[in-house]
Amino acid sequence: MLKIENLKAGVEGKEILKGLNLQVKPGQVHAIMGPNGSGKSTLAYVLAGRDGYEVSGGSVTFDGHDVTEMSPEERAAAGIFLAMQYPVEIPGVANSYFLRQALNAIKKARGEPEVSAAAFMKLLREKAAVVGVREDLLKRDVNFGFSGGEKKRNEILQLAVLEPKLAILDETDSGLDIDALRTVAEGVNRLRSPERSFIVITHYQRLLDYIVPDVVHIQAHGQIQRSGGKELAGELEEKGYDAMIGAVAA
Amino acid sequence: MATALETVRDYAGGGEYKYGFTTDVGEDRAAVGLDESTVRFISNKKDEPTWLTEWRLDALRRWQGMVEPDWQKPQYPTIDYQAISYFSAPKSPDDRPKSLDEIDPEIRKTYEKLGIPIKEQELLAGIAVDYVFDSVSVATTFKKKLNELGIIFCSVSEAVKDHPDLIKKYLGSVVPQGDNFFAALNAAVFSDGSFVYVPPGVRCPMELSTYFRINAAGTGQFERTLIVADKGAYVSYLEGCTAPMRDENQLHAAVVELIALDDAEIKYSTVQNWYPGDRNGKGGIYNFVTKRGACRGKNSKISWTQVETGSAITWKYPSCILQGDNSQGEFYSVAVTNNHQQADTGTKMVHIGKNTRSRIVAKTISAGRSDSTYRGLVKMLKSAEGARNYTQCDSMLIGDRCGAHTVPYIEVRNRSSQCEHEATTSKISDDQLFYCRSRGVPEEDAVALIVNGFCREVMEELPMEFAVEARKLLGVSLEGSVG
Ligand SMILES: Nc1ncnc2c1ncn2[C@@H]1O[C@H](COP(=O)(O)OP(=O)(O)OP(=O)(O)O)[C@@H](O)[C@H]1O
Ligand SMILES: [Mg+2]
Repeated sequence: MLKIENLKAGVEGKEILKGLNLQVKPGQVHAIMGPNGSGKSTLAYVLAGRDGYEVSGGSVTFDGHDVTEMSPEERAAAGIFLAMQYPVEIPGVANSYFLRQALNAIKKARGEPEVSAAAFMKLLREKAAVVGVREDLLKRDVNFGFSGGEKKRNEILQLAVLEPKLAILDETDSGLDIDALRTVAEGVNRLRSPERSFIVITHYQRLLDYIVPDVVHIQAHGQIQRSGGKELAGELEEKGYDAMIGAVAA
Repeated sequence: MATALETVRDYAGGGEYKYGFTTDVGEDRAAVGLDESTVRFISNKKDEPTWLTEWRLDALRRWQGMVEPDWQKPQYPTIDYQAISYFSAPKSPDDRPKSLDEIDPEIRKTYEKLGIPIKEQELLAGIAVDYVFDSVSVATTFKKKLNELGIIFCSVSEAVKDHPDLIKKYLGSVVPQGDNFFAALNAAVFSDGSFVYVPPGVRCPMELSTYFRINAAGTGQFERTLIVADKGAYVSYLEGCTAPMRDENQLHAAVVELIALDDAEIKYSTVQNWYPGDRNGKGGIYNFVTKRGACRGKNSKISWTQVETGSAITWKYPSCILQGDNSQGEFYSVAVTNNHQQADTGTKMVHIGKNTRSRIVAKTISAGRSDSTYRGLVKMLKSAEGARNYTQCDSMLIGDRCGAHTVPYIEVRNRSSQCEHEATTSKISDDQLFYCRSRGVPEEDAVALIVNGFCREVMEELPMEFAVEARKLLGVSLEGSVG
């Protein structure tokens, strides 16, 4: 599904990803852990196609297609979704309206019929209940004045509505209280399917207790340093990055 | 906007010959230039009473003694007022385009994006086709309904003949002939426009619009509108159109006067999308308009809502004179400039009566190499005890070659009044754009979405059927502004 080979990429002339390799198969959940500044969010942005994130080497193929030349909206239509570390506020635009625009834009790009306002509201209410987003947040402006946790849940709501093939969750757990963490994780687990893959970026093993990954990677210095099963997360929690990847850092 | 406009269009279409909008003037055309004989020619052509001819001549004399103002921000080449023809007959069918194929493809693209039906496109493009309107009966019903309620909605020319007392009483009573350079010019040579009178206690049950009437009559250049809401009356009036209209006249100097008596309310909404010139700033309309409303009666209310996306230069300040105690003035504005457009717009709220209130919400969006200024005056006289004003001016910049300026003037002459002013300037952020795009919304739609959000408070003031098209219009006007 997703194949990243020797990816070199950076921002404003600064190389941040330095030959990164990663392969995600359909239905798999991959966790990426790594110290601050190791380029996890950069990887997420590069996958989503953010302007300013330049690929200088290597390749990214999604479903067999090179995505590096695709615009963010084309990638969204192809089925890539990024739940952001810092969700963005859009004043004056109702959350529900925004999400319908998004869903219909994707449907239009795929040549599928658009969803009517009424059908969409029904869908949205169902999904909101599943991921624990209160109804009043649907009417409010996109993320505007939302608490940190509400913003993160709203990202998962978008994920649930847009139903991508590949979802990248960038520190969705940061800022969530224990109950919210469980709700969000349950929401994500419900979305797991043999066709849908996840890349879960996190600092904490706790999230991985709920969303059990198939593979755990440790990223540092712009590369995947180690990969393993879910026990790697536990080991990391115990020993810390220095011990695990200290040799490379030196 | 289909249903409401359909009604209005049919009405206007039916009214075309009925109300003499396209009087047969054939080869008649005032010679180029402006002097007493031009004014007499116009007045004579329109078969006006002597008092109105004199009124025009008075305006001309005042205009001749005036100097064109130059305090505005927008710059434009000197206008040669003696090189303009002040009275031109509507084009004969022979001179008009025969089909949409002859229309500038850019304009056609815009029509399509706005979702304007073919038939309306043809109307807007001034194509020489004989229209058989769907149903003359709709027009009749419309007219009948207004008649029953005693509401007068007709051209100013017609009103001069049929309702001379009302015209004499109110014409120029808010914007006098010598008010300013462009208003004086308008008073001298105004071609036509709309007149509305709503009798005491009557609530006009439908939105009134000039949309097709003006286009058909080609009176856009020196238009004059007069709206009177008598005691306890209510009327909502729509001016303009979201589709760009073909117009070869560069200078537009219109005058709009509103009068609200005791407990009356007038809501005046404008969508202005005149030709803005090309990408390089060539051509485009100069839109220099004087709009003013008088809240003469106690508890009266006048509300201006404008969405200005067109014209090379927009220069206007829809204002409210809050004379009656407890009267209210509102001004909601969205001004979008792109490419080389310039706008200098805002409002004046003059508080005279006790406990008068005004509210100003102005949203300015600049893109490309355009430049936009909000200029607003809030004046509270000594008599305006307990008056209140709230002003909010927000500017949004798209790209880094455009400009936005806010110039508030506040004059308060008594201690019990309060003015509140808030202003913000922001840039459309890369974060927001990326966020939308990563959810699948294409870049230009994302810009439209964000800008519409920024303008929401103003857009909500528009009548429903106008709002839908206006939303699309914001997006279309900003095309090519990012990336
Ligand atoms: N626009 C930019 N200009 C310069 N450097 C940048 C820019 N964006 C990111 N960086 C740098 O790139 C490096 C990687 O940042 P990134 O956000 O990808 O880290 P991260 O692994 O997500 O960290 P965290 O765990 O704190 O979220 C950091 O050193 C950061 O300062
Ligand atoms: Mg990060």
